[in-house]
Amino acid sequence: MLTDLYVFADSPVHRARPVVKIAALVVLCTSLFVFEGWIAVTVAGVLVFAGFALAGLGPRHAIVSLRPALWILAAIFAVQLYMTDVVFAGFIVARFVVLILAAALVTLTTRTSEFVDGILSALRFAPSWVPKAQIALAVSLFLRFVPLVRTALDDVREAQRARGLDRNLKAILVPLVVRILKTADEVSQAIYARSFD
Amino acid sequence: MIAFTDVSVEKNGVAILGGITVHLKERRVGIIGRNGSGKSTFARLFNGIEKPTSGRVALDAPHEREALRRHVGFVFQNPDNQIVYPIVSEDLAFGLKNLKLSARETQARIEAVLERFDLTHLRDRFTHQLSGGEKQMIALAGVLVMRPRMIVLDEPTTLLDLWNKRKFMTAIDALDEHVVLVSHDLDLLADFDRVLHIEDGTIVADGDPATVVAGYVASARC
Amino acid sequence: MDTRDVVFIALFAAIVAALAVFPPITLPVVGVPVTAQSLGVMLAGGVLGAARGGLALVLFLALVALGLPLLAGGRGGFGVFLGPSGGFLVGWIVAAFAIGFLTELFWNRLNYVVALAICVAGGVVLLYAIGVPWIAAVAKIPVGTALTGSLPFIPGDIVKALVAAGVIVTVKRSYPIITPRSRTQKQT
Ligand SMILES: Nc1ncnc2c1ncn2[C@@H]1O[C@H](COP(=O)(O)OP(=O)(O)O)[C@@H](O)[C@H]1O
Ligand SMILES: [Mg+2]
Repeated sequence: MLTDLYVFADSPVHRARPVVKIAALVVLCTSLFVFEGWIAVTVAGVLVFAGFALAGLGPRHAIVSLRPALWILAAIFAVQLYMTDVVFAGFIVARFVVLILAAALVTLTTRTSEFVDGILSALRFAPSWVPKAQIALAVSLFLRFVPLVRTALDDVREAQRARGLDRNLKAILVPLVVRILKTADEVSQAIYARSFD
Repeated sequence: MIAFTDVSVEKNGVAILGGITVHLKERRVGIIGRNGSGKSTFARLFNGIEKPTSGRVALDAPHEREALRRHVGFVFQNPDNQIVYPIVSEDLAFGLKNLKLSARETQARIEAVLERFDLTHLRDRFTHQLSGGEKQMIALAGVLVMRPRMIVLDEPTTLLDLWNKRKFMTAIDALDEHVVLVSHDLDLLADFDRVLHIEDGTIVADGDPATVVAGYVASARC
Repeated sequence: MDTRDVVFIALFAAIVAALAVFPPITLPVVGVPVTAQSLGVMLAGGVLGAARGGLALVLFLALVALGLPLLAGGRGGFGVFLGPSGGFLVGWIVAAFAIGFLTELFWNRLNYVVALAICVAGGVVLLYAIGVPWIAAVAKIPVGTALTGSLPFIPGDIVKALVAAGVIVTVKRSYPIITPRSRTQKQT
């Protein structure tokens, strides 16, 4: 199953329209680079903190969002400390933290399906050169086939394990890729068979 | 219903079907033959997934000039490759989108087809979570919701267990539409109107099921 | 772009997603995760070609941005692009496109060595040429320092190129999808 990172709750942040949240995120990120300095980072930090509180998200969610970037942020801090001073090193890292948490605030309070629906309905107003139907089809097919490809990958790994080849990536990937390409060909035939142009 | 006139198919310079001429009017037509004999290629000609290299495939008058796909539905062996959308109801709506029906009509057709096969409980399920038997039924429903006049099925029961096979065939038997069934399950064809035996890309036997199947079984005894 | 191309794009994006099941290899400096997914990037280009390969990554990363945790370790959302290593993710699109372009160009002469050179050029050299300056810019550190910090990941990426090249040439023989780009070469 494809679950998103959404954290279920009912709050003004959750209820805000996805496009509004994206716009706010873009404005915030841009400002952090245009108005470089502690003032902007502090203001943005307070806003993001308020957003987290309003959405009912706690420190746990913040930590989970930051963890993947933790080591690289530590390394950057060390390099900056060596090159400049603790204030500037702190600023650079703080800016990343605010950026990542701001993005997390949007991600954790918006269902992927809301975004997808929003994009697909926005596509109706897109100019005619945008391949709307194909974008919609690609998204649906992707959501439909991630579970299928996962199953196929498990099958192939199991089959290769029986032959003692389960640590051989090539022995796993060749059958997987060929199988998916064949599937793709039959899927496109099925789409053809089921649609009138 | 549908006529093949001297139809040949070549792929990469290899002749796969050679000069098939046949006129099918019967409500139930079976196709048998060994692996690689050309059954799938033949079946795919019915609704234009496959195009003849030479010759002509056409519906009988008054539809002879219309696209085959408008009137002929196709069910594949593996429903996983036929189901396109993540949710059952979305998948059933897929073909209907192209018909430019109203939302209400689309909905009504989906409800009708689900009810017809007793599948209403699957409407909002994720397609990838269905069992093999359920998937094949949804694949069939996705074709029938388009209201074709004829439906071609290429070994649709191969991946099903005995129970689901029986359930699926009961559904097929009840169809008013014309049916063309490619199958290795010879007993499924017992009460069909006509059976074609394909070998090496040509029709080597054509007639009532008892005679054709008996000949086919005899040919396998070497 | 016909329906078949759309299906290839969607299914390859799904392959990149499925490759997240291989646990990330943890090297001394974590942050740019070494995962089988960047192998999927090389395969997307080398199997589907430039346009379809690049678009498969666009589709995959768009859905990651919109909140599906499809990156190895269950990561996703806009935050992964705003972190210091976001350049490597954006670089996946360029890398898949470049690998696809070169594969189309050398299609008739494609053997293991050529495929390996293509995978290293697109999936390592070009990818780092995007990811490293990106880190340097957003973290305000010299490019040289950023490169030094990224060096530990290069051996892992070379290994992935070795695997990807083998897969690409084998798939070419059994199920070719790409149409060659070169005009001057004779068809054999
Ligand atoms: N793209 C292709 N190029 C060359 N030969 C093909 C191709 N596709 C199918 N064939 C060959 O055509 C023959 C008939 O295939 P098919 O119609 O699938 O047979 P069946 O469904 O009866 O098993 C087989 O021998 C197969 O190897
Ligand atoms: Mg067949």
